[in-house]
Amino acid sequence: MVSLEIAADGSDNPLSRFRPGQFNMLYAFGIGEIPISISGDPASTDRITHTVRSVGPVSAALAKLKRGDHVGIRGPFGSSWPVDEAAGCDVLLIAGGIGLVPLRPVLYHLLKHRETYGRVALLYGARTRDDLLYRPELDTWRRTPNFQVRVTLDRAGRDWVGDVGYVTGLLPKVRFDPVDTIAMICGPEVMIRSTALALLDIGVAATQIFISLERNMKCAVGFCGRCQLGSHFICKDGPVYRYDRVHDLLAIREL
Amino acid sequence: MAGRSGNGTLPLAALTVDGLQALLQAFRQHGYRIVGPTVRDQAIVYDDIESVEGLPRGWTDEQDGGRYRLTQLGDDALFNYAVGPHSWKQFLHPPLLRLLSVERDAATVRVVPEIPPTQRFAFVGVRACELHAIGLQDRILLGGQYVDPHYSARRESTFIVAVNCGKAGGTCFCASMNTGPKVEKGFDLAITELVGEGPHVFLVEEGSDAGSAMLDEVPHRAATQDEIEAAQAVVARTAVAMGREIRSGDLRELLLGNLEHLRWEEVASRCLSCANCTMVCPTCFCTTVEDTTDLTGDHAERWRRWDSCFTMDFSYMHGGSVRASARSRYRQWMTHKLASWIDQFGTSGCVGCGRCITWCPVGIDITEEVRAIRESPATTEGSS
Ligand code: SF4
Ligand code: SF4
Repeated sequence: MVSLEIAADGSDNPLSRFRPGQFNMLYAFGIGEIPISISGDPASTDRITHTVRSVGPVSAALAKLKRGDHVGIRGPFGSSWPVDEAAGCDVLLIAGGIGLVPLRPVLYHLLKHRETYGRVALLYGARTRDDLLYRPELDTWRRTPNFQVRVTLDRAGRDWVGDVGYVTGLLPKVRFDPVDTIAMICGPEVMIRSTALALLDIGVAATQIFISLERNMKCAVGFCGRCQLGSHFICKDGPVYRYDRVHDLLAIREL
Repeated sequence: MAGRSGNGTLPLAALTVDGLQALLQAFRQHGYRIVGPTVRDQAIVYDDIESVEGLPRGWTDEQDGGRYRLTQLGDDALFNYAVGPHSWKQFLHPPLLRLLSVERDAATVRVVPEIPPTQRFAFVGVRACELHAIGLQDRILLGGQYVDPHYSARRESTFIVAVNCGKAGGTCFCASMNTGPKVEKGFDLAITELVGEGPHVFLVEEGSDAGSAMLDEVPHRAATQDEIEAAQAVVARTAVAMGREIRSGDLRELLLGNLEHLRWEEVASRCLSCANCTMVCPTCFCTTVEDTTDLTGDHAERWRRWDSCFTMDFSYMHGGSVRASARSRYRQWMTHKLASWIDQFGTSGCVGCGRCITWCPVGIDITEEVRAIRESPATTEGSS
């Protein structure tokens, strides 16, 4: 995982005015262009931050960039997390693996406007300790008062003092009022589904659960047709959806 | 060009074959690139035509699932056939298109967007279903939040001469999709060919100011009442001679309510995932993008190419395809076309042209697949 910071020339650059949950298309010279979620602070207008995991040729090239190299960027695209609608509510952020990346802008926003929200919790599941993202920041968040942070690992060594097991196992360990909670979930689709079901079980309404979806994408403007899920173009109708709007589609294999 | 919606009360003009030739001449004088039907490799394709001599005089086609054959009847008819493997999308939404070039030197990287062409097309012989298909692509590529400049440049300047179909193909079902055989709107001029008894003439309807202006430049006369009635009879005959049909009113609910139907498995056992159906379909718009560099490594290009939901690559994400099975890919194609398209763009994505049936190497028939699901809608796999 590599963080990629792109200098932006202030707030009049449309690229630096993004909403948490949106993504940019990043272009590695001659190799290709891929969607990458924006992982920085939405309030900072001097740089645009992405966190890139090297999995394919384009992300590998992006991860290898050196200070001062050029990168192509188009955006910001897509729908965003309901940070304004969540005002006054308890907020649950639930991340699986690299699903923490598109949620980090929400964390920055919540920290900055802490008094606007009720109880706030971050539940984060990763495979192993080495897979944990943003570790120094995680520690900072953990030490922040009025900010519940729980981290769980699939597999942990003896030196790990935190939780072990599936991320839904953390739900009973944080305080929130299910009736008055906005939940935002990001991670692999199976994790999203099981987490949403667990939330429904304890009384969080489907209309208060938000998820971020991912599909193959070449254009980000609804032309290439690849990101369709049922009638949704994830690039422009998504990636963030209210759970009740897509839950029936997620239940169908290979849609 | 901006079309008026057709209205049967306008007086129709009549053109002779020479008049049609004069019309083509006028297009050329105005600098249009004329594209129309012509015979090549035993099929009627859309390509550049010089004169009426380039049109498929005397030719007709026989079409069925997985089958296309041309026959020369030896008569004078110029438009006595249904649609072939080509559609106008290859000109408006080209199969392969450079989107941009990128130049890099020691200090800078410069992106040079591809300039859309200034060439204007005159399309001659656009069928009713094809006008609807163009209208659908307009909605997708021009009508939303984002506009495709490449499509827009080609589309805005295109002059359309539509043709009312005098013959329904064996795989046509426009009548049941409400997209034909009579052209209704979206054309500059529309013609109906009268051939056989009486003189060989083309009745012309004006659909736009540009169409009227062009018609004024060529010799024509007013159509007689008999000719007008004969022209109406032509489309009426075609409408009742459709080779196929789909009961279309409730397709969205039917298909979205049967996403786990066993028929998907059955059709997948025949489907080769060859993507022919998507390539010939006049409304399919999906693409991929390919980035390249030259040998110096300092000149890069981005190309856009038609793609198909039948490929594995189409839905590929970190190490696997979302739609790994042929069952899921056929289901995606057909439910998108006939159902989710309605949610996305307000109308069905199928215009009933029959191309996907004719050009499927194994003759898979979208009308038959709908019927199979309709006749046993309860047969599901029972998965969640
Ligand atoms: S789905 Fe088949 S019949 Fe319908 S418009 Fe496409 S090619 Fe024509
Ligand atoms: S339905 Fe026919 S044309 Fe389409 S991918 Fe399958 S085999 Fe090919």
